[in-house]
Parts: sequence; structure tokens; C-alpha cells
Amino acid sequence: MSDAPGILTHAAVMTGRSLRISRRNIDAVITSLMLPVMLMLIFVYFFGGAIDTGTAYDSYVMYVVPGVLLLCAGFGSATTAVAVSEDMKGGIIDRFRSLDVGGTPVLAGHVAASTVRNLVSTTLVFGVALLIGFRPAASLGGWIAALGVLLAYIVALSWISAAIGLLARTPEAAGGFTFFMSFLPYPSSAFVPVDSMPGWLHGFADHQPVTPAVEALRGLLLAQPVGNAPWVALAWAAGILTVAVGLSGVLFKVRTA
Amino acid sequence: MPETMIEAHGLTKSYGERSAPVRVLDGIGLQVPRAGVFALLGPNGAGKTTTVRILATLTTADSGTAHVAGYDVVADRRRVRRAISLTGQFAAVDETQTGEENLRMTARLTGLSRTRARQRAEELLARFDLTDAGRRQVRTYSGGMRRRLDLAAGLVGSPEPGVFFLDEPTTGLDPRSRRELWTVVRDLADRGATVLLTTQYLEEADQLADRIAVLDGGRIVAEGSPETLKARVPGHRLDLVLTGKEAYLRLATRAVHHSPGTLTLGLPTDGTAAHVRALLDEIDPHRTDVDRFSVHSASLDDVFLALTGATTEPTEAPDHV
Repeated sequence: MSDAPGILTHAAVMTGRSLRISRRNIDAVITSLMLPVMLMLIFVYFFGGAIDTGTAYDSYVMYVVPGVLLLCAGFGSATTAVAVSEDMKGGIIDRFRSLDVGGTPVLAGHVAASTVRNLVSTTLVFGVALLIGFRPAASLGGWIAALGVLLAYIVALSWISAAIGLLARTPEAAGGFTFFMSFLPYPSSAFVPVDSMPGWLHGFADHQPVTPAVEALRGLLLAQPVGNAPWVALAWAAGILTVAVGLSGVLFKVRTA
Repeated sequence: MPETMIEAHGLTKSYGERSAPVRVLDGIGLQVPRAGVFALLGPNGAGKTTTVRILATLTTADSGTAHVAGYDVVADRRRVRRAISLTGQFAAVDETQTGEENLRMTARLTGLSRTRARQRAEELLARFDLTDAGRRQVRTYSGGMRRRLDLAAGLVGSPEPGVFFLDEPTTGLDPRSRRELWTVVRDLADRGATVLLTTQYLEEADQLADRIAVLDGGRIVAEGSPETLKARVPGHRLDLVLTGKEAYLRLATRAVHHSPGTLTLGLPTDGTAAHVRALLDEIDPHRTDVDRFSVHSASLDDVFLALTGATTEPTEAPDHV
């Protein structure tokens, strides 16, 4: 008989499991890779010519890429909800519980795998962005800060997505619930400047999590002044993460009672 | 190790709205001795799964107490979890992992090192005849293989001989896979394990169990060895295929088994030629009402129907093997 393993061992094993499973789930991998790339091409080539982003940007592609990266993170994180919901539906969660594995390590494994998936798809989207004319000008510090903001955003979205997976009664419903996360970049400065939206929308667009994140990413990657946007973005991510972890802890207890 | 491995007193459990709760368990008491197979037999909705989930610490009873391997299932939850292994109704394995990966993962979760986990996975694959399939993803497995892998995964962390909870382990399996699983369960018991299994198949309980508790409507309506339960009904049954509806209706009150669709009635008998001859003469003096007859040994089905008052067979009856 071995010593009871700790929460870190459990989380590590769970991460390995989620990574193996997501690697084999080819459909989901292709969707989460193709969709953001397609959307980027649509925005740049179909809509881009009609969108006036002001004189600060040489071309629309320079403006839109950071937003597409966040959109991509939204799609990628949403699959976490489906994966968590599948776990809750099947018997595997009872097996984990009977092995004394808590809810947090199970979700942490999903979130860690989601983060890795997202980094892969972000890299691909970024590569395509470079091909179609995106030219970042960031310093080393800027790159690191941009990566930090993106990571925080991905982890927070993945964990809230995991909580949604616990909330939904079926994997299909879980997929539907995450729709709002994919939708959130649209009423923000991700694709068009907030000034160009109707006045009543400004309050929301200026004060929702995507706007500071996209402003921070854009400023850092293009070496423009960012003000306090990175800090606001990180604060949003920390707040969302706190709520998501707390909420999922409660939901896990309720769902497995 | 205690002599009574599973012990429960007065378990109750209700689900649903506070204003209109549905009582699933209505005072369940159990005493399961060490080593051997104990079957909880009952139709769907009788409370079998809820009982198992309470004993396996996955849910708590509204009232009553239970001890497994000597530990309280609420206060000593962790110790209980380390002493038991559970195989639920839904196979608790990942479809997109291979059999070997599933076992290795489970072994790592119980605290084995990478090397030991790999060894343990190999051992269990061999023992459950899955070595060849070990490198394939579980989604390619048959129902029987899945169940065996599930059992193996339940065994990974538990010290043997342990306590096994098998919730409807053969539901949905073909006859051959069911037989294979029975062998596995018997083998576990022979090694000293205490197995509590739930089933809606009387034949399964009859074949496997040393003791059977019949569960109906959240209560235990009978308990004993398969033999003592079968002794509760006459040893044999004379099944008569009647020639007409009038004869069927006239004799129906005397029958213990009714099958109006085929005009068949089953009457109790001791199975001797003298009794069968006398019975036939008595019920059909003009020799026109009975078309054909056959004599059966009483099965647990007869006991079950007598005890639960159920009038229909389980909807998903097993193929007889």
C-alpha cells in the first residue's frame, strides 16, 4: 500500500489524461484551429476594407490580430465545458471520487490541458497572421507581458468554462452555454473601435474583460503606449478565476452529492 | 479484519423536492459476511444503486448507519474508500485512452510510482485477459472487455482481498460476456474478496451469490441463500397450455404463473408423476381443456414474483445461457 498521493500528483495525472484525450479528439482540435484562422481571414479580407480604425494603424490586419487571438482563446476554452460535462455524465467521476481525487484536481487537469491546446492554436493563428502581413514591433519585455496577459485570459476563461461544464446537464448544453464567451470579443474594441459603436453600447464595451485584454495585447505587440490596460486585464482575469474556482468547487459538491 | 465486512442499519434516503420527496430507501439493513458474493436483487427503481452509492461513500443516507470493512461510511470516509473498489453502472473508463493508459492513470492516482503503475497495469491486463487489447483505445472494446477493464481499474488501488461493489455488472452484456464476467467475480470471491453485486437478473443471483437480499420499493422483502429462497415456493411448476379462454379463466385463480397471450398457466406441484397425473385428472376431467403441459423446477423468478407481487417480467430479460 502506498502513501496517499497529494493534490499536486492528482492534478499532474489529470493533466496528462486531459492532454492525451484532447490530442485524440481530432474533430475538436481541427475546429479550434480552423475557426479562428477562417475568422481572421474573413475579417481582414472581407470586412477589413470597410472598417476605419484610424490613422494609428498601417492596415486593418495590424489592428485586428490581437482580437483574433482572444477570439481564438474563447473558442479553445469553450471545449473545456464539453469535456468536463462528459466526465460528469459518465461513471468516471465516481471512480475518481472513490480514489479520493477531489474536484479541483480534476478541473485543474482540464484547465491545464485547455491552456496547452490554446497555446498551440494561438501559435498557429499567429503564424498565419504573420503570413498575411501582421508585423509586431514588441520589445522582449513587451512579448513576455503580452504572453502573460494572454495566458491569464486563457486560464480564466478555461476555468469559467469548466464551471459551466459542471452547471450544464448535458455536454450539448455545455457547448451552448459557452456561446457567450465566443461572443464577448464582438462588443469590444477587438474588431472595431468602440467609438464607432452606438453610444449606449460604450459603457458595456469599455468595461468588459475583452477590451482591456485586447488593448493590452495590441499595445504591447505593436509597441504603443498601453497605459494601465495590462493591469486591468490581469485584474479581470484574477477576478474571473477566483469566481470560477469558487463556483466550480460549490457546483462539484452539488453535482456529486 | 472484521467478520462482517458490510453492515447497514435502517438506511433511508429520499430524493426530489422537499415538499414532495420520493422515498428511495425505506429502512435498509444488511449484514454481509467476509469473503463471498452477496447479491442485491430487485427490479429497476428498487433502490439497489442508491444502497451501493451510500455504502461506497458516494452519497449519504438521510438516516441510518453503515460500516464497511469496519469503518463508518460517513466519519471514516477516506478509510472506506481505500478499502473498497466500485464498478458502477456506467463503465468508469475513458473511451479515448487505451486500456493500459486507463489502468496506469488509476494506479498513479492511488499513489503508485510510474514504474509500479506500469507493472500493475500489465499484471491486471494479463489477469483480465486484456493484454492483447491493452494498447487499443477503449472505444474499440466490446461490452464485455469494457466491463473487465472497469473491474480491473477498480482493483488497481485496493489491497486484496478487499470489498467490491459491482452495480449491475452484466447489464447490457451478451450471454458469453456475462459468463466470462461471472468467472471473474467468482475468482475474486475465491481469493477472499467480499463482493456485493446488484442485479435485476434472478439467474445471475442464483448462479453467483452465496446470499441474496431481495429489494423492492426501498425495502428488503426477503433474504437468504438461493436455496432457502427457492424453498419458499413449491419445488416445481406444471405449465399448462389450455385449449380455450373459458378453461384459462376457470383455472386462473389456482395458478402461480399467468401468461394470457399463450393461454398458459403454471400450477404448483411437487413434480412426482403421481401428483401431476392426479392434478391433470382433477382440473381437466373431460380431457378437453389441456392441450400440452411441461414441468419446470421453480426458479428464482417464481420466488421473486411471489415476493414482490410483480406481475410482469423484467423488461430486459437476459437470454438464457
